[in-house]
Amino acid sequence: MSTAAKDYSLAELMIVANARGYDDDGEVLVTGIGVLPRIAGSLAMTTSNPDIMMTDSEAWVLSKPNPVGNRPADFVQHNETWMGFSRIFDNVWSGKRHITGGPTQIDRYGQANISALGGSYEQPKIQMLGVRGFPGNSICHANSWFVPAHNKRVFVDGECDVVCTIGYNPARLPKGYQFDDIDLRLVITDLCVMDFGGPEHQMRLVSLHPGITAEQVQDNTGFEIHVPDAVPTTAAPTEEQLAIIAQIDPHNLRAKQLKDNPAGDRS
Amino acid sequence: MDKQMTPQAVVASLSDGMTVGIGGWGPRRKPMALVREILRSDLKDLTIVAYGGADVGMLCAAGKVKKVIFAFVSLDFIPLEPYFRKARQSGAIETMEIDEGMMLLGLRAAAWGCPFIPTRVGLGTDVVKINDDLKVIDSPYDDKEWVAMPALKLDAALIHVDRADARGVCQIKGADHYMDDWFARAAEQTYVSCDELVDTDYFAQGDEARYVFWERSATTGVVHLPGGAHPSSCTPLYGFDVPHFKEYNASAKDGGFSAYADKYINGVSEAEYQELVGGLEAIKQLPMPVY
Repeated sequence: MSTAAKDYSLAELMIVANARGYDDDGEVLVTGIGVLPRIAGSLAMTTSNPDIMMTDSEAWVLSKPNPVGNRPADFVQHNETWMGFSRIFDNVWSGKRHITGGPTQIDRYGQANISALGGSYEQPKIQMLGVRGFPGNSICHANSWFVPAHNKRVFVDGECDVVCTIGYNPARLPKGYQFDDIDLRLVITDLCVMDFGGPEHQMRLVSLHPGITAEQVQDNTGFEIHVPDAVPTTAAPTEEQLAIIAQIDPHNLRAKQLKDNPAGDRS
Repeated sequence: MDKQMTPQAVVASLSDGMTVGIGGWGPRRKPMALVREILRSDLKDLTIVAYGGADVGMLCAAGKVKKVIFAFVSLDFIPLEPYFRKARQSGAIETMEIDEGMMLLGLRAAAWGCPFIPTRVGLGTDVVKINDDLKVIDSPYDDKEWVAMPALKLDAALIHVDRADARGVCQIKGADHYMDDWFARAAEQTYVSCDELVDTDYFAQGDEARYVFWERSATTGVVHLPGGAHPSSCTPLYGFDVPHFKEYNASAKDGGFSAYADKYINGVSEAEYQELVGGLEAIKQLPMPVY
């Protein structure tokens, strides 16, 4: 059943690492933003944590995740609850949610940016999406970050250009709050998995993808990360997981998400 | 009671400097025909409150906007709205950038006649730094600080619905009515365009009344505009027009908004617009993209 696969892509390795982050979440709404995080949430719901709730990205909670991409004309999705956008916020504010988002910038405090880059706030060099729901997500429930290309443009030196989320930044901690009120979980990148379990919530290396070194990770990060004495290798997907991923993503959209679709083992 | 209006009469009831809320979400169920009517008018200095898509982009590009109150402006499958982006990057507009949920609270506060609603959302982020008119306050009940999300009082709201009667009973049959009920309630005047105008008895059939999300006293005017959400969607009647949005997006790089507006808006009636985009029957055949 749980035979480690020999052949798997980096995208599949990242999906499995992301999915593992939901194992102990219990009954929460999982939202994976983007193709790979969505597959990861669906994988977790199908395998390790069947209590997960998931939506169709429109208005319904599903008892079974929708496959990614175009579906047959006779496909009927498994609705269980109406969940229009206004009700999403009722769930967010209850705290029973864990999202994996893909910010453009992440800083040493775990603060993230999807709003704008460069220039001044009044006149940014590049306007992106806006803060969207990130401020509320970050202070109300669990958040993980998914980074397809680990580099210093993403993991910036200094703070994000627009701080869209609350993180472990003492200078911004609101009155009456402690770091324990903030729930930043995993950072899954194309090089490694990290969390915020270092001293004073410093970003910490959790596992290295096969063939990647801690030096490579540090060299591509704009701030110092905590590197424990022994860092394990990110666990390979099992054959069973790969088979389920293929069912969730029948059009193999996962192969188009990372540049050149690299193999999972780069040693 | 007959609340029917022409789109021209809706725009004539608006004035410079007003705060206007626009319903829908990104490329979904936007009152685009009413937006096009504003683009053809002399209105200016508007403050727009929206879960923004091309409505916000077009109004910015046409110089109608003084300020945008937003959490995002996006065409969804085209993540970055090209003309909102230009407006921001040229420093042309003022902003109040808030979380999606904060906007909902601001509309609710306006609807309920409260000056603000307390929330933790926004604390610890730049949202509380970049918005001068957003206050953080102490609580009389605990030792924490709270964001006092102010009421987003709207002078007018513009909304597109599937169908309405002449008295302002409005029905939205798509899976989500988004925050449109709160836009309707937060506004002094709510103008609704509808794809289908029906008799009041329509709502007495089966469970049709279950898809009515605000009572008619919250509707000021009704404009019968079949296909009036185009190029945004009005599911289940039609999806959004992906090729049209691509053309709109490309115009920002080649020709600019004036080229787009000269082709589709300026001096072009809504009937002519619909012919240019393939006709009403073609609009009604547009599929909804699958995610």
